This record gives sequence, C-alpha cells and structure tokens, in this order.
Amino acid sequence: MGIIKTSKLIFDYLRYGEDEEHPEINRAIDGVDIDIEPGRFIAILGHNGSGKSTLAKHINALLAPTEGTVWLDQMDTRDETHVWDIRQKAGMVFQNPDNQIIATVVEEDVGFGPENLGVPTPEIWKRVGESLEAVGMKAYRKRSPNKLSGGQKQRVAIAGVMAMQPKCIILDEPTAMLDPNGRKEVLKAVHRLNREAHVTVLLITHYMEEVTDADYVYVMDHGRVVMQGEPREIFSRVDELKRYRLDVPQVTLLAYELKKSGVPLPDGILSTEELVDALCQSN
Amino acid sequence: MSIELKNVTYAYGTESAYETVALAGISLKIPDGQFVGIIGHTGSGKSTLVQHFNGLMRPTRGQVLFDGEDIWAEGYDLKHLRSQVGLVFQYPEHQLFETDVLSDVCFGPKNLGFSQEECEELALDALRQVGLKEKYYKLSPFELSGGQKRRVAIAGVLAMNPKMLVLDEPTAGLDPKGRDDILDKIKELHETRGISIAIVSHSMEDMAKYVERIVVMNHGHMPFDGTPREVFSHYRKLEKIGLAAPQITYIMHVLAEKGMAVSTDATTVEEAKESILKALGH
Amino acid sequence: MLKDITIGQYYPAESPIHRLDPRVKIVATMIFIVSLFVAEGWAGYLISAFFLGMCILLSKVPFGYIVKGLKAIVILLCITMFFNMVFTPGDPLVQFWRITITVQGVRMAVKMGVRLIFLIIGSSLMTLTTTPNQLTNAIERLLKPLGFIIPVHEIAMMMSIALRFIPILMEETDKIMKAQMARGADFESGNLVKKVRSMVPLLVPLFISAFRRANDLAMAMEARCYHGGKGRTQMKPLVYRWPDYAAYAAVWGYLGVCIAVRIVL
Repeated sequence: MGIIKTSKLIFDYLRYGEDEEHPEINRAIDGVDIDIEPGRFIAILGHNGSGKSTLAKHINALLAPTEGTVWLDQMDTRDETHVWDIRQKAGMVFQNPDNQIIATVVEEDVGFGPENLGVPTPEIWKRVGESLEAVGMKAYRKRSPNKLSGGQKQRVAIAGVMAMQPKCIILDEPTAMLDPNGRKEVLKAVHRLNREAHVTVLLITHYMEEVTDADYVYVMDHGRVVMQGEPREIFSRVDELKRYRLDVPQVTLLAYELKKSGVPLPDGILSTEELVDALCQSN
Repeated sequence: MSIELKNVTYAYGTESAYETVALAGISLKIPDGQFVGIIGHTGSGKSTLVQHFNGLMRPTRGQVLFDGEDIWAEGYDLKHLRSQVGLVFQYPEHQLFETDVLSDVCFGPKNLGFSQEECEELALDALRQVGLKEKYYKLSPFELSGGQKRRVAIAGVLAMNPKMLVLDEPTAGLDPKGRDDILDKIKELHETRGISIAIVSHSMEDMAKYVERIVVMNHGHMPFDGTPREVFSHYRKLEKIGLAAPQITYIMHVLAEKGMAVSTDATTVEEAKESILKALGH
Repeated sequence: MLKDITIGQYYPAESPIHRLDPRVKIVATMIFIVSLFVAEGWAGYLISAFFLGMCILLSKVPFGYIVKGLKAIVILLCITMFFNMVFTPGDPLVQFWRITITVQGVRMAVKMGVRLIFLIIGSSLMTLTTTPNQLTNAIERLLKPLGFIIPVHEIAMMMSIALRFIPILMEETDKIMKAQMARGADFESGNLVKKVRSMVPLLVPLFISAFRRANDLAMAMEARCYHGGKGRTQMKPLVYRWPDYAAYAAVWGYLGVCIAVRIVL
C-alpha cells in the first residue's frame, strides 16, 4: 500500500433546489481507485467540476467518503482519532493565496501550523527558517503577505505546510489565480521540494504545461479517473483529452498534427527540443 | 468611434515624495472595429491602462479622447462614455448581485435610464449574444459555473450597447475548454456586432489565435505595438521582460537556425504545420 | 481613496519599540491616554509631546507616515473643535450671525484637538509597531485571568484574522465599485434614500465574497491542524526582558511627572 490510497471512493453531496424538500443528489466522485507510492510527483488533471478538488479534500480528511475508503499512510481517514495525524502528514495548499494566509507577517504565518501541533518554540523557529529557505522566501520573512505577489504568497503557503513536516503535500490548483511568472515560481518550488525533501506531491491542475514533468498523471471527468499513465502516454492521446475539456501544449499539438499528416514522429512529444530533433532527423 | 490616449501618465502618491509611475507617457489609438490584445505581467500597468479608456481612472498628465473629445473636459458625460466603452473586470463575482441573471443584466441599461421593457429587451439580446441558454435566465447568478458567470458579466456590460468592449483577463481561472469557448464568443461578438474589442491577457498563445494587434506593456511603458507577427519577431526581447512568445515561435526559429526552410513568422499551430509540411516536401 | 487609510496598519521596521513586549505597549498606551487627561496647560502638553516624540523617534516609523494616518480623523477633529468653540460659555471673542465664539471656547477647542491628536498618534504608534498577532497574543495574555468567563483565545484569534482581512476587503470594495461604475452605477449623487439603495450592488458582492473567504480560511486553518487554543504552543511566546522593565519604569515615571506638574502648577 502506498502513502495515499483510495478504494472505490464515492462522494455524494446534496443540492437543494427551489423546493427544499427534495434535494438533488450529486455524485462528485464516482468510484475512484488510486494508489500512490511515496516520493513521487503525481498530477491530477481535469476540467472545472470534474471532481478533482473534491478528491483532494478527501485525502486529508477535510471531507469524509460517502462510500469506499481513503488511507493516508495506512490510516483510514474516517477514523477520528487520527484526524490531526492525517492533516499533519498530508499538507494542503489551496487555490486562492489570500484566503489561506492567516497571519500578517510571513514568518508568523509559516509558524501557524507547528504552533497548532504543539511544537516547542525553538523548534518552530528552526522549522520556519528551513521552510522559508526551501521555497526561496527567506528574504521576505518579516514582510506583510499583502505586499507580496501571487506567486510569492503561494510559496509562503507552501512553506507553511512544509513547516508541519508532512510526508506529502496536496496542491489544489495552486496556480489558477497566478500569472505565468508566478506559475513558474510555484512549480519550481514544488519540484524542488519533491526532489530535495523527498515529499510526495499531488498536484491538481488544469494547465497541461504543468504536468509534463510529473511522474504519473491521472485525468478525471465526471468524478471518475478516465485516463492514467506517464505524461508522454497521456499527451499522445490529444483527441481524447479534448473530449475531457482539456488541451495539450502547442508543441505536442503541432507534433500530433504533423504526425497525422504523415510525418514520421514519435508519440507524445513534450518539449521544443524533442520536436526539433525529431524533425531534423526526418528531414 | 475611436479611443485615443495622448501622452498619458498615471502616477500614485503624487502628493508625497514617493511617486510611483504606473503609466509613463502612453500614446495609443484604438480605431473603430479593431480587435486588440493587451499583454503584460502583473504590475505592468495593463489594468491601469484599460481603466483610462472609460474614465474610471484620471490621468495625472496627458489626455484621453473619445471620438476626438477630451473625456476630462468640463461637463463631459462620463456615464455615457462608460456605456459606450464597456469594461468587464476580471472577476464576475465583483459585479453580480441581483437575485436572478436577467435582472442583473438589466442593471446597466437601467442606470442609463431605459424603461423596464427596454431594459429587458436589451438584456435578453445581450444574453443571447453571449450564448447563455434561456433556462439559466431566472436562476441566481451565484448558482452558475465559472464560465457561465463570466458570460453573464459580459452580457451585463453588453446590454448597454457599447461601441467598444474591454475585457480584463476574461479567461482567468477557466479550464482550457471554458477558455476557448469564451474567446470564441468574444470573437463572434466582434464579427457580428462590429464593435472594437480590447482583451487584457497573459497568454501570447491565445492572443496569437484571436487578435489583429498586440500591445505589450512593461513597467508602465509600451515597448511593442503591432500585429502578432511583428511583436513575436522580437521574441528574445520579450523574454527579457519576462514574457514569452508562443512555443510555436521558438520552434520555428530553432528549425530555421538548423537550416530548415520554414517561415519564422508563423504564430499559430495551423500556420506552423503548413510551413513545416511544405519544408519537408509533403 | 480607501487605500490611503494607514491607521492601525503595521509598519515593519527593526526598532527598540518594535522589539518591546506587546503587553508593555498596550499598558503604556493606556497610561499615555490617562496622562492626556491628567496633563493641563502648556507645560503638561509639552511633556506629553516630548514623550510621544521620543517614542516616535525610537520606533523608526517616519513621522509623515503617522500624520497620513490622521487624515482619517480630520472630520471628527473639526467637528469636535467646532462644537467646543461654539458651545463653551464665557467671554465672547468673535460674534457673527447666531454664533458666538468665546475665549474659553477656543482654549477648550485647542485642548481637545491636541488631546485627540495625541491620543490617535499614541494608539496608532502601538498598532504601527506591533503586529496584530502580537497584539492579540498580548490581549490574550492580559485577559487570561478572565479565561473562565470568556473564550479569550477564540476572541483573540478572531481579532487577528479581522485585522488581516481588512486591507483585502478594502481593496475588494474598490474593485467592486469600479466594476459597477463601469455599468453606469452612481454612488455619489442623489438623496439619502437613493444613496442607500445604490449601495446594494456594492454590498451584495462584498458580503458574498467575505463569506466565501471566511469559508476558505476556515478550511485552510483546519487543514493546518487548528483546533482552538488547547495544546497550542507559540512561536513568539511573551517573556519580559530588561528593556520591557525599563519601558515600564519610563512610562510610569512619565505619568508621575504629569501628575506632579499638574499639582505644582
């Protein structure tokens, strides 16, 4: 069993329409089975409303399954005695950078998690310093979060999670509200944590460019996992992705179109260099 | 109908010693019926720029002319200007407030003094044009999806019958399909209503596909202004200011450097494909 | 516009005042306020001004920044001074229409004006040099003896979050106003009824956004294992050091001087 595992996970929520008496049952997650090995970089792709964020909230017990089971590091998320252990081990970064920063000074915000865990004061300071260093925000430790850019705020949020020393971090569309530079900053920080601190990363997104470096990709639609595999495999199935309201990077699309027109190219090209090399060979 | 900025400077904190210049002497003319993309990263001044178009911000120095008239002249009707230059902000959540979609879209025309029937007529017309299905008209705007909210917000401005539509990052937060749908709809509005459109965006790829002119903003200056082709040809310089040309531009340039006979000014996937196929002799 | 309000916003700097224990700063501010009502006459105000000036100097907060904060209270100040001038009985100084300004009135007005300005500067100096988190920490500690009657920790947490979100909501108000103005909304003209009604398109999106933020924040706090004050440690626990005792001595000394001056003169 991996660090994150779900088995036949189902989640229903009720929606009350005009007449309050007959709530409509909506199935947000419909039988998801995933199993993630420690230390990997996993991406979950899906359009808005595909159930990917709901899945994320199950992993650290913010939501409890209607049916099926979620285990985090062997612990069943429905077991209430483990709830704080689970949340400590599975840190979560949300979409809106403003709505997850609690304190008015960067370092105090990073210290918030360890404070809740009851970590002794000197240890908190040590962790705050290390976490800010890890995301490259040490120079900003005394600043007010309001004066930071979106990408910087998200890096502070990541540091806040890292200070709890989690085994994995779940990022729920961390870049959706950022500009391209902010997006790059955040992804770089996350990749570095995965590489150097060996934290398992679960990145939820709808930006395809962000998943090319992931180890493994799940694609969700209507609460189900509809595609899974390495990025290269997934990206070679352009038409299928379009059906799930997704897109591929321009290089991949160009390679796919050229291949369709008879140019001999390998499947699932992910970078400019790959395409140029392949084209030069075939020329 | 045209909007023209003449040497516009906008500065914050002019009364104190620490003046921050958000726009530094921008001159720009958007003629009737043009489809323009305004690109720049956060803090480049692009949002400040578009708020000068409809008089929400007043230039510290310089002039803003609408149809040749100075909008900051004594007695100029700014409300009328705002109905002519419709500005849709980034987050639809910042403007939706009524109990149902239709009433919300009526808000603009009502402010302009139209009667109830006229308002509804204009609102229905606008909602149809943004492609929102009739079953949603009586729903609360807060029940809609992100893409639908965005459409209602655009309709809310469109209902005032503007001659120009300015959209501040209309695709922020939407998924790829939602993004394409909204941009397609905006293009359709441009074609069917013949109004000029200015879109503020981060994405060179999107702009390459839709607009006829790109204005690049950087630190309050306007380093580039031209067709996508012209602007992307400066891809090395764009990179220096933290913006990247579309991936296609890079591929074509590298291929050309490697000696393939491709045209380096292709900006979209289709153009690139044609050019490469031709070079390969297919 | 709304962004210009600097009153109560933390000003980051490294200074002896910033480093003081926030409890000292709260108590000192209270003593300072008391001293303003003790001080009388020019000598008294001079002592207060000197004390306040020293604190500002030590705090490294630019004087201009503090004065900017006063902008928010200009109207309140004018009204207070006006009423004092007009409604204090005594020897008439100037008389026009039905208004009589008296010598005593002018004196009273100046006194109230000075007190009010000192009071605002004094208390904003506290918030300028203390992060809201430290402040709430201090309030929590000072109120701890009352812990069995009121949920001190929860109240402190609520205050600190409110302070963090005020600037964000201010900025949001600005954006919503602009979005509605772009649709022809008019927030300025019209009578009172019309003005109140014109606030609806501003307030509805603002409230909805505030609720959404509250919801998001609650979830983010839960995800970071927040479960009330129980078993919580502190990153910056409050411990008195020698500068704190020195500050206490200085401020009590200052109050003593104020009282002495009042009695002697």
